[in-house]
Amino acid sequence: MDDPHNENIELQLLLQAIHLKYGYDFRDYAKASIKRRVLHRLKSSQLPNISALQHSILNDVRCFEQLLLDLSINVTEMFRDPSFYQALRETVIPLLREFPFLKIWHAGCATGEEVYSMAILLKEEGLYSRAQLYATDMNEVVLKQAKDGIFPISRLKQYTENYQKSGGREAFSDYYSAHYEHAVMDKSLKENILFSDHNLATDGVFGEMHLIMCRNVLIYFNRELQNRALGLFADSLCEGGVLCLGSKESIRFSDYSRQFEDIAREEKIYLKKPACYS
Amino acid sequence: MSLPCKEFQALVIGSSAGGVYALSAVLSTLPADFSLPILIVQHMHPHSKSQLASILQKKAQLSIREAEEKERIQPGVVYLAPPNYHLLVELDRHLALSIDERVNYSRPAIDLLFESAVDAYRDKLIGLILTGANSDGAAGLRRIKQAGGYALVQDPQSAEADAMPLAACSATSVDKVLPLHEIGPHLLQLVNHYPRCLNARRSELKHSS
Repeated sequence: MDDPHNENIELQLLLQAIHLKYGYDFRDYAKASIKRRVLHRLKSSQLPNISALQHSILNDVRCFEQLLLDLSINVTEMFRDPSFYQALRETVIPLLREFPFLKIWHAGCATGEEVYSMAILLKEEGLYSRAQLYATDMNEVVLKQAKDGIFPISRLKQYTENYQKSGGREAFSDYYSAHYEHAVMDKSLKENILFSDHNLATDGVFGEMHLIMCRNVLIYFNRELQNRALGLFADSLCEGGVLCLGSKESIRFSDYSRQFEDIAREEKIYLKKPACYS
Repeated sequence: MSLPCKEFQALVIGSSAGGVYALSAVLSTLPADFSLPILIVQHMHPHSKSQLASILQKKAQLSIREAEEKERIQPGVVYLAPPNYHLLVELDRHLALSIDERVNYSRPAIDLLFESAVDAYRDKLIGLILTGANSDGAAGLRRIKQAGGYALVQDPQSAEADAMPLAACSATSVDKVLPLHEIGPHLLQLVNHYPRCLNARRSELKHSS
């Protein structure tokens, strides 16, 4: 039943089937995590093997949607990695002040916690009114959650702590209202946020951005897909634009590393160099 | 108990409360030419700036570093899971990191490392559970045993926190339970035994033919 070799063959076939039937392309995702999530789905759905799951998703779109939710990366936090947000305030905000208007792209925003963090930061720095934020994800279910901006109140203690550690100066509770088990983010935070569907594995370039945030998404991709995504980011950034990756991610191994320079090495914040230097 | 005559290709270690001392004790007894890669999950606070590698390096002869994603696993190198990331092994024996949900309240989780390492190394894997105050690693060690690997657990009595070794021992039939100071020497024996027993077998074959 669980010959590991068969399992790996079945996993590849499943990803192929998803791509052929629904267009979502997970074939270049790092396999260890994908496999764990798929096996988890087998267990919850009480299916005997991956082939059975393949049969279900091909014949039942609801079953596919459930799997899609399992496969998308939706673990996130507000002000995740406070030291990163501190660097963003200290190093990136002064650069952004130079632009008359700002276009900011959160690629793979999941349930939106980091987008709201950015909105708060921009408000405090007096840049929000001239900013347009684009929050994209391949999964419409999580995108809807991001748009709603409603988070479990149990998470807010951690978020508040993160916010304060990142150099936040206001009362964090001013940014949301508590309704029983939920925190509803202040409406004014999403005035300038556009939520939209975008898949880094299959979709194209996205506007002339001044800042792109894509943190802890690339670790789930293999090197080819990482390279594709970083190419999209390089092409979507204007000169002097800034790219922010997760703390264990890097542009080092991609074809685009020469187009960027470090501005906060530890925090994986990169500046796109003017074309003539790259 | 006699040692198995087989080639091992990787060692995975899980540790939690009291783990820094225990890891240091084990690693300091391994020589610079130890031939297996060592992959370690030590539970720690998610926001800690990890100094674990430099702390462990002080007493160790092996090279110790924090794992990088997509890094090819090299023999004789010690890889540590970074704080707040799961560490996994891909089938092609590269390292992978993830921010997936906590498992056993932990990220990094020992079970995730062990289970993915079983996929990549099958029966050629040694699993070691050290001191800790929860039960992470027990399911992973069971998987290692099911695949035919070797399971080693720190003697709960010699552990600063005995819950994790106890959970591991009750989850599967462990090959060896040892006090802390005997673990390193036993690992060396285990790894050095293979070329010797292979030679012995060869000469037996020669004599019989």
